[in-house]
Amino acid sequence: MLPIGHYLFLGLALFIIGVIGVVTRRNVIVILMSIELILNAVNINLVAFSRLYGDVAGQVFALFIIADAAAEAAVGLGIIIAFFRNRETVLEDEMDLLKW
Amino acid sequence: MMPTGYFLEHLWLIPLFPLVTAALMLFIGRRLPNAAVSVLCAGSVGLSFIFALGAVMQLLASDPPNRVAQQVLFQWLTPGPMQITGGHLINFTADWGYLLDPLSCVMVLVVTGVGFLIHIYSIGYMGHEGGYYRFFGYMNLFMFSMLTLVLANNMLLMFVGWEGVGLCSYLLIGFYFLKKSASDAGKKAFIVNRIGDAGFILGIFLTAVTFGTIRFTSAGLTNVAADSGVRQALEAALGSHALAYGAPVFTAIALLLFVGACGKSAQIPLYVWLPDAMEGPTPVSALIHAATMVTAGVYMVVRMNAIYVNAPSALVVVAVVGVVTAIFAASMALVQNDIKKVLAYSTISQLGYMFLALGAGAFAAGIFHLMTHAFFKALLFLGAGSVIHAMSGEQDIRKMGGLWSKIPVTAWTFLLATLAIAGMPPFAGFFSKDEILGRAFERHWALWAVGFITAGMTAFYMFRLAYLTFSGYSRADEHAQHHIHESPQSMTIPLMTLAVLSVIGGWMGSTRFSKFLEPVMSKAGVSVESAKVVESWSATELLLMFASVAVAFVGLWLAYEFYRTKRFAPELIARRMSGLYRLLVHKYYVDEIYDALFVNRTKDLGTLLGQFDAKVIDGVGVDGAGWLARFTSKLSMWWDKWIIDGLLNFGAKLTQLLSFPIRFLQTGTFSSYALLILVGLAILLAYYEQHLHVVLRGAR
Repeated sequence: MLPIGHYLFLGLALFIIGVIGVVTRRNVIVILMSIELILNAVNINLVAFSRLYGDVAGQVFALFIIADAAAEAAVGLGIIIAFFRNRETVLEDEMDLLKW
Repeated sequence: MMPTGYFLEHLWLIPLFPLVTAALMLFIGRRLPNAAVSVLCAGSVGLSFIFALGAVMQLLASDPPNRVAQQVLFQWLTPGPMQITGGHLINFTADWGYLLDPLSCVMVLVVTGVGFLIHIYSIGYMGHEGGYYRFFGYMNLFMFSMLTLVLANNMLLMFVGWEGVGLCSYLLIGFYFLKKSASDAGKKAFIVNRIGDAGFILGIFLTAVTFGTIRFTSAGLTNVAADSGVRQALEAALGSHALAYGAPVFTAIALLLFVGACGKSAQIPLYVWLPDAMEGPTPVSALIHAATMVTAGVYMVVRMNAIYVNAPSALVVVAVVGVVTAIFAASMALVQNDIKKVLAYSTISQLGYMFLALGAGAFAAGIFHLMTHAFFKALLFLGAGSVIHAMSGEQDIRKMGGLWSKIPVTAWTFLLATLAIAGMPPFAGFFSKDEILGRAFERHWALWAVGFITAGMTAFYMFRLAYLTFSGYSRADEHAQHHIHESPQSMTIPLMTLAVLSVIGGWMGSTRFSKFLEPVMSKAGVSVESAKVVESWSATELLLMFASVAVAFVGLWLAYEFYRTKRFAPELIARRMSGLYRLLVHKYYVDEIYDALFVNRTKDLGTLLGQFDAKVIDGVGVDGAGWLARFTSKLSMWWDKWIIDGLLNFGAKLTQLLSFPIRFLQTGTFSSYALLILVGLAILLAYYEQHLHVVLRGAR
């Protein structure tokens, strides 16, 4: 078994890639994909600690998060389609109606 | 013994017949053929005549003092308390009831008899006209109103008939309402009559508050004590010395009623409508504006004779107005060229004679002349209608002439009527006019003198009319001459009947006639001199009679020399006295004076009121209210805008102000939010680092 640090590093890398994607990309679909990366970074952490402590609860949480991510992707894509029908764009910097 | 019988019990049927057919004509007449209209309308008047004749016969069957029948159909105005002069509270009521006494006998026979003949005549005369059913509907409505007027047993019901005949007169004068002059003449007649009616109704009010009743008499009623009449109330007042002969209230009532009579009977100053009324169809002129309606004023004064005999000063007014009207109208008739206008002025003049008689206290003589005048003046108008019919509608006597042999029946009957109106013995007019002049002489010689001159003028203008129309050569154009024809039998038979009446109508004699009317005349309070009944012919009377016949012959002779032999030239006289001639031709400029004094002033008042309406009512009132509404709405708008909205905006502004530093964080850009969340998370983690270590260590 690899030391826990490797897993945590991989999770951290994925998390940072996701955060950079969320913060820098304009396309909402890409942002959604970046969020998936963040979620999966968390999943890797959970699974790694679950294995380290021999406690299955972490894996159960990971499964819940996967289901949640699927639901979130479905709802998010639906919102994006509805938004696209109205504004003909999927760029987040044009979604500024709530701006002061 | 009181008179009874079938016809007397059915007095109410006499006015009802023409009312029923009038309603038929006016509601469904349009759909009836002309023959049905003729039969129904003339027939209903004929039925009225038969019923009237029957009722008169049954009335005459009893002794003279009992000759009265009164029939109350129902109580019209329910009894109500009214305070009369002197403070008594009485129960005032008015019936819908009919009264037949010798006076209404004469009137009802004249109205239905002459009316029936004129209806027959109209069948021929109006045969080619449009609106045939409308004409007969109005005529029958007129017959109903006139019969209500003469048969009414109280003043208010008489007023109903009085207004009804006024309305029908208006409708029939304006029968050719597409003609401006005809509709104007109708309006003029109606409005001028309205002035008189105001006097009449005030007279009714004054009678009501003075005597507490408006019923003419209580005679013929079962409960004589309870249902008092004006005549009985007046006699009682004189008996108890509550009122005396010549009391001011008598004069006031008499004069007010006389104003009404002036309007209806075309006396000065309200005569101006009658000449214009000739715009109506000729049978209307004969029936309404010669024989019946215009005599309603005379009838009304005689009906109220109990009041008049006690108002000597009012009688003087009546006599003077009558005699002045007589000569005034006769002078205008001298120069008229329209055949109907001559007859119209002649009618006014003859009505003046009747009022002269009434003013002289000779009520019976007035009614006598009313009756004979109804015969010969109806005949003159119908004859004129027949002439106009023959001349294809021409009314100007300067374009007639030479009709004697072409329309002999019309010419002969017209001649008889002319002799009657001129007062030639033994025609009807002689007896009545002679009686009036005789009674006028007894009152004052000046009254007689004016009446005497008028008699000469009457003979002159009537023979002028007859000569110009019937003698000499025809002055009509070729086309009209070709068309001259005698009228159909439906027109000539009434002419001949009336001609017979114009001849024999006066043979009854004025003495017997006044005996007949005596039960109607009140003697209460009359001084001895005016109550004198002339029984024998004195030398003065014979002289007066001779004088009036002589003056009639002078008039005839003058007309003969002027218009038959042409020994005197009327044009020469007209040129030599051009001022007088112009005055007469322009009818003394009375219409112009009335226009200047009253009509235009009324119009001015209308304009003034119109300006008041435009400036004050519309300007200050309506526009002012509008301005006020605008002003208050502006105020309310200001309030809304600055206070209500202002509060809201103030809240919004306050929020905006308070949010000043923070709101820039809300960029609306998703990535910036994400970055903020990240930074916030990093800060939180850094701040709680110690705790984090504890948590992680504990977990380990």
